[in-house]
Amino acid sequence: MDYAGYKSTALRHPKQQLIALPHRLTEVSGPVFGDDRIGEFDNDLTQGPSGEAIGQRIIVHGHVKEDDGRPVPDTLIEIWQANAGGRYRHAVDQWPSPLDPNFTGAGRTITDKDGYFRFLTIKPGAYPWRNHPNAWRPAHIHFSLFGRAFTQRLVTQMYFPEDPLFFQDPMYNAIRDERAAKRMVSAFDYDATEDHWALAFRWDIVLRGEEATPTEEPHA
Amino acid sequence: MTLGTTPSQTVGPYLAIGLPWPDGPDVVPEGTPGRLRLYGRVLDGAGDPIGDALIETWQADPDGKFGTAFRGFGRCATDEEGAWEVFTLKPGRLGDGQAPHVDVNVFARGMLNRCVTRIYFADEDNTGDPVLESVPEARRTTLVARPDADGYRFDVYLQGERETVFFKV
Ligand SMILES: [Fe+2]
Repeated sequence: MDYAGYKSTALRHPKQQLIALPHRLTEVSGPVFGDDRIGEFDNDLTQGPSGEAIGQRIIVHGHVKEDDGRPVPDTLIEIWQANAGGRYRHAVDQWPSPLDPNFTGAGRTITDKDGYFRFLTIKPGAYPWRNHPNAWRPAHIHFSLFGRAFTQRLVTQMYFPEDPLFFQDPMYNAIRDERAAKRMVSAFDYDATEDHWALAFRWDIVLRGEEATPTEEPHA
Repeated sequence: MTLGTTPSQTVGPYLAIGLPWPDGPDVVPEGTPGRLRLYGRVLDGAGDPIGDALIETWQADPDGKFGTAFRGFGRCATDEEGAWEVFTLKPGRLGDGQAPHVDVNVFARGMLNRCVTRIYFADEDNTGDPVLESVPEARRTTLVARPDADGYRFDVYLQGERETVFFKV
């Protein structure tokens, strides 16, 4: 859980050995959310109270699967992100880039029977932070997913292809297996692009199977 | 064929934009018979409160069953004192001998992964619980919520002398 490159980990990771939790009833089950948790326009982040959000309109879509390829239907996905200028609508974010009155940066949806999801949003900007001198986060969208079971709960970040900021980003590089890190990067999807409307990025999310052994990756 | 799984990343400092729900702490609504308050603080290795964490809870219903109408799920962001609370029903004993318990996720800026722990109840008979028994005896108390005038208190210490027991799932 510790990663020297990401400074805030220092006081926020357990130092004792994690204890193996066999997957019993509580771990192989999980909450089920109905459509009542989702508003009709919750997967469209571009509509603000007084008009459209500013920035490059993009479609972000893909499938949620288990590691055996089975789709994960009816699972809640929640996302949050910075606006086109890289600014979050949050009291802690005070860097000099303007807020957009028409962009809150939060969205949610539920996957369909094939595990498919789709958001319409604005391409987020990169933003600076104080982790190291001249530190910038590559553009990303935060994703939260439930899956079918407590063991499948995942919070992660989706990146954009060939971002020039990856090399200095400790979050991206905390995933030391390069192939695994690349699974956080979406693909430009020209076929899904809508003419005179929006560019598109595809991102498939793979949740570990219910019986999979615990992943060691981020503990490395 | 096995697909590679998508790695976990930190929730970062801005989870408050996307994750809290107005009814997040209400596993059951106000007025539900048997409704109790589970509460506590999240503290870092220096003993300082973590004001940008998120606690999630998942549990069986009072009969020890899953998949019923009971929501079973609670979610609460911490405040600047590191404090969280969830209003729920006490879970029942499970059929496999497990004492009443609540599975807990802890998310925060500075954590690459969620931390997973469990809440047991000091006023239940926890003897023979297979998960609790797998934990070194001296550390078991970190998993037990204690009843007081305000509910059942469960503090999460991410590090330090009183470090909470966390599980690998
Ligand atoms: Fe971010």
